[in-house]
Amino acid sequence: MEGLPILSLMMCVPLAGAAACLFSGANAARWIALGATLVTFALGVVLWANYEIGGPQWQFTERAAMFAGFSWALGIDGIALLLIMLSVFLMPICILASWDAIHKRVGEYMAAFLFMEVLMIGTFAAQDLFLFYVFFEAGLIPMYLIIGVWGGDNRIYASYKFFLYTLLGSVLMLIAMFWMVAEAGTSDIPTLMQYGFPASAQTWLWLAFFASFAVKVPMWPLHTWLPDAHVQAPTAGSVILAGVLLKLGGYGFIRFSLPMFPEASAQLAWLVWLLSMVAVVYTSLVALVQADMKKLIAYSSVAHMAIVTVGLFAFNVQGLEGAMIVMLSHGLVSGALFLCVGVIYDRLHTREIARYGGLAINMPYYALFFLLFTMASIGLPGTSGFVGEFLSLAGIYQASSTVALVSTTGIILGAAYMLYLYRRVAFGGQTHADAAAMPDIGPREWIMMAPIAAAVLWMGVYPESFLAPMRGDIAVLDARLAAAAPASDARLAPGTPRAEAANALHHHNAEHSAAGEGAH
Amino acid sequence: MHPILIIVFAPLVAALVAGLGNRMIGNVAAKSVTTGALFLAAGLSWPIFLGFLGGTATPEVVPVLKWVQSGTLTFDWALRVDTMTAIMLVVINSVSALVHLYSWGYMEEDPDQPRFFAYLSLFTFAMLMLVTADNLVQMFFGWEGVGLASYLLIGFWFRKPSAGAAAIKAFVVNRVGDLGFMLGIFGTYLVFQTTSIPEILAAAPGMSGSTITFVGLRLYTMDILCILLFIGAMGKSAQLGLHTWLPDAMEGPTPVSALIHAATMVTAGVFMVCRLSPMFETAPTALTLVTIVGAATCFFAATIGTTQWDIKRVIAYSTCSQLGYMFFAAGVGAYGAAMFHLFTHAFFKALLFLGAGSVIHAMHHEQDMRYYGGLRKHIPLTFWAMMAGTLAITGVGILGVFGFAGFYSKDAILEAAYARHNGAGQFAFWAGAIAALLTSFYSWRLMFLTFWGRPRWALSEHIQHAVHDGHHDGDHHNAPKQEHAGHEAHHSVPSPHEDDGTAGYHPHESPVSMLLPLGILSIGAVLAGFVFHHQFIDDAAFWNGSIFYNEDLIHAMHGVPLWVKLTATVVMLIGLAGAYLAYIAKPGIPAAFVARFGALHNFVFRKWYFDELYDAIFVKPAFALGRAFWKIGDIGTIDRFGPNGIAWVVERSSVAAKSIQSGYVYTYALIMLLGLVAAVTYVLL
Repeated sequence: MEGLPILSLMMCVPLAGAAACLFSGANAARWIALGATLVTFALGVVLWANYEIGGPQWQFTERAAMFAGFSWALGIDGIALLLIMLSVFLMPICILASWDAIHKRVGEYMAAFLFMEVLMIGTFAAQDLFLFYVFFEAGLIPMYLIIGVWGGDNRIYASYKFFLYTLLGSVLMLIAMFWMVAEAGTSDIPTLMQYGFPASAQTWLWLAFFASFAVKVPMWPLHTWLPDAHVQAPTAGSVILAGVLLKLGGYGFIRFSLPMFPEASAQLAWLVWLLSMVAVVYTSLVALVQADMKKLIAYSSVAHMAIVTVGLFAFNVQGLEGAMIVMLSHGLVSGALFLCVGVIYDRLHTREIARYGGLAINMPYYALFFLLFTMASIGLPGTSGFVGEFLSLAGIYQASSTVALVSTTGIILGAAYMLYLYRRVAFGGQTHADAAAMPDIGPREWIMMAPIAAAVLWMGVYPESFLAPMRGDIAVLDARLAAAAPASDARLAPGTPRAEAANALHHHNAEHSAAGEGAH
Repeated sequence: MHPILIIVFAPLVAALVAGLGNRMIGNVAAKSVTTGALFLAAGLSWPIFLGFLGGTATPEVVPVLKWVQSGTLTFDWALRVDTMTAIMLVVINSVSALVHLYSWGYMEEDPDQPRFFAYLSLFTFAMLMLVTADNLVQMFFGWEGVGLASYLLIGFWFRKPSAGAAAIKAFVVNRVGDLGFMLGIFGTYLVFQTTSIPEILAAAPGMSGSTITFVGLRLYTMDILCILLFIGAMGKSAQLGLHTWLPDAMEGPTPVSALIHAATMVTAGVFMVCRLSPMFETAPTALTLVTIVGAATCFFAATIGTTQWDIKRVIAYSTCSQLGYMFFAAGVGAYGAAMFHLFTHAFFKALLFLGAGSVIHAMHHEQDMRYYGGLRKHIPLTFWAMMAGTLAITGVGILGVFGFAGFYSKDAILEAAYARHNGAGQFAFWAGAIAALLTSFYSWRLMFLTFWGRPRWALSEHIQHAVHDGHHDGDHHNAPKQEHAGHEAHHSVPSPHEDDGTAGYHPHESPVSMLLPLGILSIGAVLAGFVFHHQFIDDAAFWNGSIFYNEDLIHAMHGVPLWVKLTATVVMLIGLAGAYLAYIAKPGIPAAFVARFGALHNFVFRKWYFDELYDAIFVKPAFALGRAFWKIGDIGTIDRFGPNGIAWVVERSSVAAKSIQSGYVYTYALIMLLGLVAAVTYVLL
């Protein structure tokens, strides 16, 4: 493996595929895209297999100076590895999901997806601040096109809203980046992660980055672009949007805000907590009243991502690792839920919940997959959702029991809106003849869903596979945060332990009690 | 391979085979695999239990797989086997195996049998994971797993809207309890830096005097932790406040009610408190709460049980009430008695439910007791099984000679509450005594309405339907046979004297597959108390440290005055006499009572208006708030002043800018002049 620039290779394969797709017919483009994403996924597996747990923090590093101190610098730690794996895992599934659903400009569509894959890998692997910025922002363009060209009826409004929101936040981040490079004299991300920015500057820098990441996550009240974008995007677009693009915000916090500005992060943690608490309750309740399946899942995403942000800003290992697992889990589960919507949308061409019902009768395997992903979304133990949610909330509890209490209400509300959705779609009688006539999932759909289902259960039963690669990196981050971390609100104060059990009997007979245990 | 691995995982494998194989492998294969696995598990469980009973077995932990390691927070998959577990193993696997067998007959006509059996086995697996947990998180895994299975089984007949609604209600109400459980686990980890149950129990006494802040309140650490965990127990065990899901859960098929909503899952809360008893013993306030909630539930649910017409609902409220007994027993420190009642209750309550299922089966899915009557001679075996269950639940027995199962366990609980000699204990004693009276009343009421008197079947729609369809074999259209959870007053109420007709209907006794479980459970209901009461109540060695064993309390229990010991028997007789009077000797009494105390009856009949209250303060506001946040918050405020507002501003300013760019020289000259003046002014100042 020495010397093989595998990260660059992982970006080249889809790039070449994208170029080829642009000049191919519809069917050829589909196969090229599938082939390219599968090869990239295979490379990803090689990457994971060769990633040395407990080895150097940054592995597979590549560096080529370009201009003005700006360099093609790639490299990954465990956190980046996992998010890259998530991206390359979901990509072939997205291509399959688009197989029949897209029939206009197929070549361009596939090229947009492949190009997005390049940018996503680049974002997670970039070790140069500006290189990161380029990938981070450029990722908007293919997504903008996917929504704007292949989206639903109101796609233009949704794509502009998506673009404006995400771009406006980034402008502030770019300015902050210039300042940082001038101050630290380098654009090397690993160096910057160790750099001590003056506390007074940290607040402004933190806020500038926050503006960008909070939109991407998205955090309340910057979330309203998400439901529109999801509703208008084609199925695969929603999968990638929920599965990977939303993770860019969380990744930004864990890669930039927390390690680079630890003091400011601690100082402003209250803001993140507050917005997250509002998000959990507010967006869960909004999800409860949605009549459009995609909107419902989009709102649920906002609530779930709030669990990520509370975990990140818990300033302890459980919170950070939990937040990462929630990101991975949510990437799989919400992606899968959008696929579930796509499966029936392809058959009936409506996202309106009321048009379905009783699908468990004519689509039993579909109902089974949908149930599994619903339960994972609710955070049932044994699925990936639980491990992340549990660690994240256990983390925040150590920082603030109040935030933990409010955030944990998400498990009630989440159960309510997801089961209410499931009931209306899968349970009940078959009230619509066309919905009742829909066939169960076919082989292509099996191939899309089964791997995600397996990954969800794997992450739920044996999350060690996913915790181990990032353990060292989280420990480094935790150590860096330790000095700044806000004090726990528990303030556990030792006292004199009780002499006896609560239900010890106080005998009226003094002699008896004085005799002690020997009396019996 | 350790037998516990087979006991726990055989049901899982069977569930997967039956569930995923479904129609491919067919009904018989799916049913055989699951039932076989459960009989295997039950067969392996009894030797383990007997080993602990004989004092030859030692507690052990069988590791399975690493689960989570995050910093200092670690927990693994492991199976703990000790006395507590052994008791639960025999309860769960025996009842589950019998329920599987029973379902062969009961679910005969259902088109979805593999799915049903898969769910039953999946439930059993989750329940076994719960009781073998060595750490709180695995317990939570089992806790949620049984919740899932319960959700699926309540909603088994998902075509019915009421079943879907009941399933969601069960899951969501349980989640309210889970909120407490989860926070309890977080807090426990924060305080003890571990989730391992033995480690927590060992460290708990050392923390008993410490204080902690929870949501801004300064509290005793152990009290708040135990209260949070107990909230979880309240949800799963349907205690007052979080009980509303249990009666609705009767939407599920009757075997499910017997297994999940009587014998096993609902007792998980009691199991949790007993498993953590050394921890609860460091938290006096929490224990007082446990006692009061348990006692209040036991009274409250019993009152409702006296007024319901649906046979399953009566038994459901009875379950709720009996769980209250178990909790207050634990609250006063009689954990052995609580576990004993759990043990005996599992047999007699499963028996009552399965018996009720047999009655429903015979009565062509009619569940309303107003349309029963006189069934004693038509289904004698079911009658005798129900009789055994009734004798057990009402606690019939003669002090020092022999008693049915409930006689020993309920008496022990009442004596312990009295002997505890504090305020909460006294409250629990009297609430428990009154509840015992009501228990006897509603249980005999059920028996008298069902098996005695003259047949009142003719007015039942189900019976009419059966008769018109030429009995039993009628095609069931697209709907499989389904039950309802007794949504009141959808039949016209027959007056007792008007009709003596059977409408020509002949109830059939159930098939052997259903009668055999009834027979075996009857043996349990008759003998479980007599055979095992010594070990459960008096034998510290039997418990072997798996619960907090309060030696003093046991001594005090045996020393209570004679009238206390006789209370349970006396109130049982009063209840029996009352039921006899009201439903056999003078059948006009109930109607007269309702006419006289209409408001009180309505209050109780309407289940103290809990559902209406929760609907008004939780469900409706949640939807209203959701709509408000969406329409007023997201669309009306954030979008309006956010992106759309910016778009509007940009559009307006471009219109304004356009008007300035008029093309006339004097306009530009004026602007230049104004600009110049402004610039000069700025510089000069």
